[in-house]
Amino acid sequence: MSIPLPEYTPALIIAIPLLGAFLTPLISRINDKLRNIFVILVLGLNLFFVSILAYNIFTKSAQEPYIMKYVFGGSQNIDLTLPIVRILFEVDAMSIFMAIIASTLMFVAVIYSWAFMKENTGLDKYYTLMLLLTAGMLGMMLTGDLFNFFVFLEITSISSAALVAFWTHKGESVEAGFKYILISTIGALFVLFAIAILYGQYDALNIAVLANAIQYTFLDKIALVLLIVALAMKAGIVPMHMWLPDSYSRAPATVTVALVGATLASLYGVLRVIFTLYGNILLDPAKFDIPVNIFIGWLIIPLAVISIIVGVMMALRQTDFKRLIAFAAVAEIGYIFLAIGTGLAAMGTEYGRTALEGGIFHIINDALDVGLLFLVAGAIYYATKEWSLNEMGGLARNMKYTTIFFIIGLFAVAGMPPFNGFASKLLIYESTFQLNPILAIVAILCSILLLAAFVKVFHSAFMGPKLPKFKDVKEVPKSMLFAMGILACIIIFFGLFPGLVLENIVRPAVDALLSNAQYLSMVLGGA
Amino acid sequence: MIYNIPYIAVVCLILIGLYALVYKRNLIKMIIGITLIQSGVNLFLITLGYRKGSIAPIYTSSPGGIMALPIPQALTLTSIVIGVAVLALMLSLVIHIYRHYGTLDVRKIGRLNK
Amino acid sequence: MFSIETGSGFWTPIVWVIAIVVAFLVMYIIRMFGNKTYKKNTEQTKSFLSGNPEYPKEQMQIKASNLYWGFTQSMEGFYNLLRKMHTGNASDYVLWFVIVLAIFLLIEVI
Repeated sequence: MSIPLPEYTPALIIAIPLLGAFLTPLISRINDKLRNIFVILVLGLNLFFVSILAYNIFTKSAQEPYIMKYVFGGSQNIDLTLPIVRILFEVDAMSIFMAIIASTLMFVAVIYSWAFMKENTGLDKYYTLMLLLTAGMLGMMLTGDLFNFFVFLEITSISSAALVAFWTHKGESVEAGFKYILISTIGALFVLFAIAILYGQYDALNIAVLANAIQYTFLDKIALVLLIVALAMKAGIVPMHMWLPDSYSRAPATVTVALVGATLASLYGVLRVIFTLYGNILLDPAKFDIPVNIFIGWLIIPLAVISIIVGVMMALRQTDFKRLIAFAAVAEIGYIFLAIGTGLAAMGTEYGRTALEGGIFHIINDALDVGLLFLVAGAIYYATKEWSLNEMGGLARNMKYTTIFFIIGLFAVAGMPPFNGFASKLLIYESTFQLNPILAIVAILCSILLLAAFVKVFHSAFMGPKLPKFKDVKEVPKSMLFAMGILACIIIFFGLFPGLVLENIVRPAVDALLSNAQYLSMVLGGA
Repeated sequence: MIYNIPYIAVVCLILIGLYALVYKRNLIKMIIGITLIQSGVNLFLITLGYRKGSIAPIYTSSPGGIMALPIPQALTLTSIVIGVAVLALMLSLVIHIYRHYGTLDVRKIGRLNK
Repeated sequence: MFSIETGSGFWTPIVWVIAIVVAFLVMYIIRMFGNKTYKKNTEQTKSFLSGNPEYPKEQMQIKASNLYWGFTQSMEGFYNLLRKMHTGNASDYVLWFVIVLAIFLLIEVI
């Protein structure tokens, strides 16, 4: 049984933050506290609608996959004949899975920034940009049209670049924002080039229509490589990852949490392109009589392994707190890509499906863990105004709750039981071992090195003797503790009941990815 | 052969833009490189919609005949507007960088430790 | 609902937590059989550093960049290569993108 929702809910999920973004500068002229409460209410309402839609889709997917479709500008029973020129939003289980992650991260970030950003000026622009970023991320995840995806990709990169350069009184934040917008624009232009190639061949921009008509010609191969490499650069794969530590470490902590959501939205783009757009040809032979899925899978796996190794090795050497966590985030994206590559290369077998489940489960675990760690780093910066690990020490005496949240984040991101990182990493280890044992060995060793990197942070920031300059450091304000507490509670819940999450949330998403027949039949009607 | 010249121009524009991004040191020259890549992709989009001997796709008082495809022209308009917004953002960030560092050399402002 | 099944095994966190709690209880019971009497503020409570003098705690704290000295010293070659990669130069970022794009296009098409 499902809760009845209006049929324009996918458009409502995007319209609410957009309308809030345009009302925020007006409301902030009246009062500051009113504006903060207004933004939290807008994002809370958004999270409410996303979770009800998710409940509908996930509970109905027990019998057969359920997809919700919204066609812009027409009545809902419109007869969609080819060529389809209307933009439509098509929400299946994978899209709503990513939308829950994005909405939760933005909600927690805005609650945290009540106290964290209080002394800064220009806060009305900050809140407007955060709401625009939410609308952009959710639009990327819910859309069913390729050019619409490009437009929302540009909205996301423009608003997040302006947010990265928020502290304009420091030169390095502005430089990090400039590098971020440079890399984002180049990636988005190559995505547009690939969309133009696909449009020129098939005269369609809709993902379902393209997926029905695609054959693996020479130009399609070029479009596939361009799309994967450009979207993987926006997701932070080595060797194109170097914008990621700069932008993540020089932005305010709440902006970094929002950037994690934007990075995962580009990862969703890679999944949508490989599994749905090119889904019909994944079992055809490409060259040397190897099927396409093995070919692309074995192209992605070396990149993923290099990402894990470089991310972990660089994280061991850093002395800047947030740069270390940013390199750990690069390594986690490497784990997700390793699982996706294994799932592609072993498509159709039992362990290929397990690998894909582990990868998709790891997306939500990675977002929660890395988000919690960045919020802890922001709390330490708020209390001590230091960000170099060489200068800190002995903070566990003054900030007890922050220490507990950091320990939870440390164990979760390094894959220690009983937290949620272990559950998804166990699935990845066991399935990649059956493809090739070397991959599993690299993954397990780098997990241990990641634990070593974070134990270094724990020792130098929280343990140690009492330093005289930190004598009157107090605990952080309650709104920041509340935001970190939300994430920590979700992490513990996912860790103690992984079966619940795997059955009800991850498995419908993997089913929706692996067979695109339902996705196509919603638009093309039957067959 | 003469109908392939726009496609060759597109590839040349993109290659020159990538050359300006990789080998030039001044920040403003890198922004010009991005503008060249944007122009190349927009030209590619418009050229895809051309039909042999067609006229502009406007209905009011048209002299009849085949019309070029209107959808790539709509995509190109959107892309030009997005390009202008990104260009404005990048130039304002360059003004801030110049005020802080005093130089526009990308090798001097990029000095990092590890 | 409490366990996940991988292809070749299963994992149940509740059983793990119960096992850890039982292990801690056993450890605590063994500790209670120990010797409870000691003399405070004499030689018995000072730390032993193989005969070396013990400095005050602020001077003995190892700072963060020196913590894994053995590991970073032995992988020095690899770290020099990585440090040369991460220059901070914006045009190098584009160069890496073009290199990866060129390699992938060559593999895919030819």
